[in-house]
Amino acid sequence: MNKASSIRGEPTHLPVNGEFEHRHAAHCESGVMSSLLRHHGLDISEPMAFGLSSAMLFVHVPFIKVEGFPLTAYRATPGTIIRALQNTLGVRMQKERFSDPQQGTDRLDELLEQRRAVGAQASVYWLPYFPPDMRFHFNAHNMVIYGKQDKEYLISDPVAERPVKCHQDDLEKARFVKGLFAPKGLLYYPMHIPETVDMERAIRKALRKTSFQMLHIPLPIIGVRAIKNLAKRIRALEKNNVDPRYARLYIGFIVRMQEEIGTGGGGFRFVYASFLQEAARLLNHTKLSEASEVMTVSGDAWRDFALLGARFCKKKSDIKLAELADAMQRCAVKETEAFKLLASIRL
Amino acid sequence: MKKQDVPQDNNSALGGERKAMYAVDENGEYTVVASSGWEVEETVTSLAVEHYQELAEEALQQVQQGMASPLRYHMFARRFNVDTLAQTTGLFQWQVKRHFKPKIFSKLDAKILARYATAMGISVEQLQSTP
Repeated sequence: MNKASSIRGEPTHLPVNGEFEHRHAAHCESGVMSSLLRHHGLDISEPMAFGLSSAMLFVHVPFIKVEGFPLTAYRATPGTIIRALQNTLGVRMQKERFSDPQQGTDRLDELLEQRRAVGAQASVYWLPYFPPDMRFHFNAHNMVIYGKQDKEYLISDPVAERPVKCHQDDLEKARFVKGLFAPKGLLYYPMHIPETVDMERAIRKALRKTSFQMLHIPLPIIGVRAIKNLAKRIRALEKNNVDPRYARLYIGFIVRMQEEIGTGGGGFRFVYASFLQEAARLLNHTKLSEASEVMTVSGDAWRDFALLGARFCKKKSDIKLAELADAMQRCAVKETEAFKLLASIRL
Repeated sequence: MKKQDVPQDNNSALGGERKAMYAVDENGEYTVVASSGWEVEETVTSLAVEHYQELAEEALQQVQQGMASPLRYHMFARRFNVDTLAQTTGLFQWQVKRHFKPKIFSKLDAKILARYATAMGISVEQLQSTP
């Protein structure tokens, strides 16, 4: 094992005491996993958690509708990061779901009494600390709950700048909504942290999986093929004379998935580029930093698309759907370039 | 994205909150920068928010004209659509659509009404009336 690329974990102090360190993150699930693991002595940054779980992806599924539009996502399905980190890092997570809300709340309180920090899944719509305009029915939001004062939970929500509080009734409602990605009160926390992690192996595995998913799945719903397919579909909207209102909402939806539920600009591409940079430094590998730069360029291409998309969404816009399709096609080209480079790297 | 290009457009939809973004600093290193939001995001978020508001207003008029049940109004006012409401209540989409008919809605039994009310976080009385 390469010693320089190993990170020491301290498996001894489970459960843990003391304060929870809140860190601002770009994405909820990678943020939660990064801070939960760090809290238990395994210092993994958010981009590392994101990259090592091969969560970077592009998915466009015309026959599954979200909010009335074809499912479009810039990352793997919710839960992937929690699951995949167990494989790549060798950590073990305990997951608990509940059919009865009261049971779920009691169990959470019990875990907090044991002075654990607990990961939890909830719906954004029912969390009062979210800004009103950001509250949509998205059920797969993640946070860390690290304490309780009277009837209020102390929460480290990675996408918030500072720790927040939430009343127990509100949190119970948010944890037990039904529907797509229903949380069923999901709670999770580390049970086992390995003493050492072979980072080189973990990175190699994750890179291979991501470049395979992005380049080689022979379906037009995943990876670069999906980006090209979406570009084609955007172009077809014009030809088929779709209702302009629908077209505006559709484009708005695509950009919203990229910017809002995704991360600021470039839908996760910058997080991934940051992961590649960290990996390059850890393994002392120059080609990886090259890949990081190409990934950044790809993120910028996505930002250009978002910019055009938002201009298209305004009433009396001068932007044509064909221009949007071209911008998305450019993203596909950049992404192909980045992942071909990644796939060519031998670690 | 360079550090100085991280948008600081005071996106009103964020309500004063800031988001973490990854950007490259002067030395080419990735760092986390707090952003007050991007105009692009504000545009698309308010488009979605306004869309639900428009649908709710349309539904309200339909309710007043006796063409739709209050359920339709409350659904849109709480940013649900037929799809998400059906999933959340565990009903079929055709059932939800059927309950938009005032006559059928007025005969719904308490159990179904309670299911809608819980899913939307309102009381049954609220569900049966409009503002």
